[in-house]
Amino acid sequence: MTAPLLSVSGASIAYGKVEAVRAVSLDVGHNEIVTIVGANGAGKTTLLNAIMGILPQSGRIRLNGVDITGIEIEDRVAAGLSLVPEHRELFGTMSVEDNLQLGAFRNARAAAQSFERVYALFPRLKERRQQLAGTLSGGEQQMLAMGRALMGEPRLLMLDEPSLGLAPLIVADIFKTVGELRAAGVSVLLVEQNAKAALQIADRAYVMELGHFILDGAADTVAADPRVVASYLGFQNDAAARV
Amino acid sequence: MTQRWPIVVFALAMAALPLIPDLPPFWIVLLNNIGLAALVAMGLVLLTGVGGLTSFGQAAFCGFGAYTTAVLTTAYGVSPWLTLPLALIVSGLAAVALGLITVRLSGHYLPLGTLAWSLGLYYLFGKMELVGRNDGISAIPPLSIGSWRMLDAGAIYYVIWIAVILSAVLTTNLLDSRTGRGIRALRRGHIAAEAFGVNTARAKMLVFIYAAVLAGLSGWLYAHFLRAVTPTPFGVHASIEYLFIAVVGGAGYIWGGVLGALIVIVLKEILQSYLPLIFGGQGQLELIVFGLVLVALVHLAPNGAWPWLTGLLPFKRRPPRIDTTLPLAGRPAAEPPPVLLQLDGARKQFGGVLAVNDVSFAVGPKEIVALIGPNGAGKSTTFNLITRVLDASAGRITVCGADIASATPQEIARRGVARTFQHVKLIPDMSVLENVALGAHLRGRAGTVASMLRLDRADEARLLAEAARQIARVGLTDQIDQPAGSLSLGQQRIVEIARALCVDPVLLLLDEPAAGLRHMEKQQLAALLRQLRDGGMSILLVEHDMGFVMDLADRIVVLDFGTKIAEGTPEAIRTNPDVIRAYLGAAA
Amino acid sequence: MNTTILLFLIQDGITNGAVYALLGLAMVLVFAVTRVILIPQGEFVAYGALTYATLAAGQTPGTAMLAMIMGLVAFCFDLFAARKAFRPKAILRAAAVDIAFPAIVLALTWGLAGRANAIPVNIALSLLIVAAIGLFLYRIAFQPIAHTSVLVLLIASVGAHLALEGFGLIFFGAEGLRGPAISDAMISIGQLQITGQSLAVYGITLALIVALWLFFDFTLYGKALRATAVNRLGARLVGIRTSLSGQMAFLLASVIGAISGILIVPITTLYYDTGFIVGLKGFVAAIIGGLISYPITAAAAIVVGLVEAFSSFYASNYKEVIVFTLIIPVLVLRSLAAPEVEEEKE
Repeated sequence: MTAPLLSVSGASIAYGKVEAVRAVSLDVGHNEIVTIVGANGAGKTTLLNAIMGILPQSGRIRLNGVDITGIEIEDRVAAGLSLVPEHRELFGTMSVEDNLQLGAFRNARAAAQSFERVYALFPRLKERRQQLAGTLSGGEQQMLAMGRALMGEPRLLMLDEPSLGLAPLIVADIFKTVGELRAAGVSVLLVEQNAKAALQIADRAYVMELGHFILDGAADTVAADPRVVASYLGFQNDAAARV
Repeated sequence: MTQRWPIVVFALAMAALPLIPDLPPFWIVLLNNIGLAALVAMGLVLLTGVGGLTSFGQAAFCGFGAYTTAVLTTAYGVSPWLTLPLALIVSGLAAVALGLITVRLSGHYLPLGTLAWSLGLYYLFGKMELVGRNDGISAIPPLSIGSWRMLDAGAIYYVIWIAVILSAVLTTNLLDSRTGRGIRALRRGHIAAEAFGVNTARAKMLVFIYAAVLAGLSGWLYAHFLRAVTPTPFGVHASIEYLFIAVVGGAGYIWGGVLGALIVIVLKEILQSYLPLIFGGQGQLELIVFGLVLVALVHLAPNGAWPWLTGLLPFKRRPPRIDTTLPLAGRPAAEPPPVLLQLDGARKQFGGVLAVNDVSFAVGPKEIVALIGPNGAGKSTTFNLITRVLDASAGRITVCGADIASATPQEIARRGVARTFQHVKLIPDMSVLENVALGAHLRGRAGTVASMLRLDRADEARLLAEAARQIARVGLTDQIDQPAGSLSLGQQRIVEIARALCVDPVLLLLDEPAAGLRHMEKQQLAALLRQLRDGGMSILLVEHDMGFVMDLADRIVVLDFGTKIAEGTPEAIRTNPDVIRAYLGAAA
Repeated sequence: MNTTILLFLIQDGITNGAVYALLGLAMVLVFAVTRVILIPQGEFVAYGALTYATLAAGQTPGTAMLAMIMGLVAFCFDLFAARKAFRPKAILRAAAVDIAFPAIVLALTWGLAGRANAIPVNIALSLLIVAAIGLFLYRIAFQPIAHTSVLVLLIASVGAHLALEGFGLIFFGAEGLRGPAISDAMISIGQLQITGQSLAVYGITLALIVALWLFFDFTLYGKALRATAVNRLGARLVGIRTSLSGQMAFLLASVIGAISGILIVPITTLYYDTGFIVGLKGFVAAIIGGLISYPITAAAAIVVGLVEAFSSFYASNYKEVIVFTLIIPVLVLRSLAAPEVEEEKE
């Protein structure tokens, strides 16, 4: 078996004296969608930010077998890691096209090709390419954030709460796109509060509670676990079942 | 009570210092300069380090103090002691005038604004006939007591250092009080402070004037120490140097101002006396080295020297014990009105976006109402409309029957509406106790002067007792003396609830109180909220944990894209098809 | 006052205002990208002007040596930063920028100084020297503390200002200098006499503003700078190095400062410490522009220049007072127009 694409081992992350994430290990394989589910404040976002290098952590992070533990965010981007953060962090006063072009900052030569791919994935962005990013709707901003991340042709795309604050129809759209990415050879690490939707598209899942994983395994196994059903799926399943 | 002996030891040491035989007289001059700078820096600590307001104009206030006494004593023959109150009043009034213009400025405008008037005043001092233009005023009489004229540096030394130590003690007292908590809350933004009744505009003005008066005092002393004034020591460079002193010493610490003055002035002196010996008298080498050292210092110790120094001490200050039996008067018991909170077509528009669209609902007495909906549905905006952080674009909101359209956030708190925040707004370096005590701000009486003179102790003890009781109520007594920032996010949310309870509210607004809590903690929180309701309080809460909400709420209001799409009992909401489509269910 | 004086004052005001506009723009740029309030902008002005004047007088300016020394220090910083991960490519790049670049500039200076060079040669050389100083200044004084608060950055900025001013005195002495005009032409339109130097000021200012606009709107690096200013984290997430953006911003600011200095040194005598006040006037314009808006900053700078010209005629004693208090009503209007927003700061 080849080395996993991303391998995190024994990562702990602290805010001051408070440990938000404790000794967490996680793998993401090639062509795989992995999701981390858990309640608000469980440490999911913190973990993604540490993998990206925004927060310092202890432990090791390897990408494709190469140790990227101590290096800067920018070098992690160059190594093939990309994060779509919870707040999207778009360049609000710049156009959609400029946002995308900057997404390809590290491989400007391949930008033309990447533009085509991203516009094919999100036709709506092509229609709005002259519009300022800050004036887009929430769903379009999420698409732009994902598109910008994909412009850099990452090997692993990390998505932090992509469904946050979006209308259900758009959420469905975005999740469909995530599925397409796997087919295109991009692995995805997905953090999502909407556990049901996440577990449906993921290959594997980790369940995080209070800074560590209490469970991991194939997505359907995790989804069937009674603890997960009770804490994360229970009511939602219930409600959905009655529709 | 608080430990006073380090200050006493320091005062005695300073008093004994000039008695050392063969002490070079120049050292006394240096110490005088340190004391003068320390006074200004102390004001800056309060203003910038504690209050978060950066000023580039402190030297100008020294100028007001110095020129006031210089003009009055030379041209009008007024006794120097009589000009002291006048000098303080003039610098204070200058601060009022400049503060009215600049303190309102937010973000980076404030330092820039102060830089501007500081430059203007410098040139004004240099051009005005009254203050002797660039030549300044000389032959200022020395201070005197009876026939003793304080002509030499050793005499005025005592006046200067008595002023420094007194100011430090008074300022420490001020910070350790009800008013002080209001000031310390400024740095974390004004919304949280105002939600608990702190008049932030007044608190900002207060520290601005306070810092100016300290600078004016320094200026008055300066004029009688050097007995001549020129515009140069009151220019922008001097102001920047004071700011630098505060940062080097530790901008958040009163004694950091004194330590910073010591470091900077001694350093400058060493550079001025020894550099020319090493490199010959060429150019302004000390300026270069001083600049380089400045850059190096902020690289090495951006938090300043004082916290570093106190960190080395083997013993730690023990937090005072709180007597939790002291009572604090609450809201007079009265029959609650039939409707505590009523929203009638409340609307909030941000540019083209309707964040809250004609939302109406009510909260009655002894009721827990939950506000749910997807992120961005307008829940927090609704909270901000109710607490008057934001102006409603249209509609009517009443609290206990009274329209709140023109109320300030402080008045909302006074009417008994207390809140927590989605993004926790505690002051991380203040203890849990002090953070919670901020909630009782409106229930205390003691003012600024009383606090400085320690006449507020009875009042203060009652506030702290109330805070300790509320902390015990939410189950955080073990963490009471820890800095709030060291708690987990979930616990910080609970601290916010304790702070809100200190208001003695009739209506509690909780923004995602259960986020980040463990299962057990959630159950405890639910039990606490039920107990509060049964005790007569009403609660309006925003929460995403549906299990928690369905279990707890008496009624649920559902928002989606700013519009109310449903309202009813948990059972009714659970089966409402609109709600399931928009929020609960088939998201994917 | 007659028309001649009026026209003269307007011309004088616009000429100075154009220079302030350049400085204001540079300050806005640096602040937006790095959060540094660029107090040493004035030193860039003085260094540019006095280096040019020194070269024109046939002497060797000390600034070239300063650039070399700062380059060596910067190289040490780069080596220290690279100690964790040895990457030959990064070190080679650092050596090229930190050592080879100032060494070439120094060699050129030694080679060319003392000869009667054409004015453009002296200008180009001065710009290169000051550009190197600006670049290394960021690397040494600001890059290691780029994550700290605006206040700490400001203190470092003041330190840099003091150190550079001190060096200025060593290099150029306490005497003021004047440089040769770029153009000696004189055009008369009716009563109005327009000097070629004024025209050069207008022309170069306009050209620079257009060039900046082209750079920011149409080049990848320009857009990357804007992106850093708009959203630092977002910029880092697409792989734009904040250190690179910071160096570019300082490079631009130092060149702009030096050009401003070279433009005014034929008109007014400049001293090693005049830059500070000139820089602050650009700063007034930048503040009026809210440290955000380029067009408002440029317009405000012209107003500052005009106010200065007219107040020096009517109330010359209070010229500086008037100029510096000019921004207070503006700030008040701004704060009244834009209600305070809660800043979510850490």
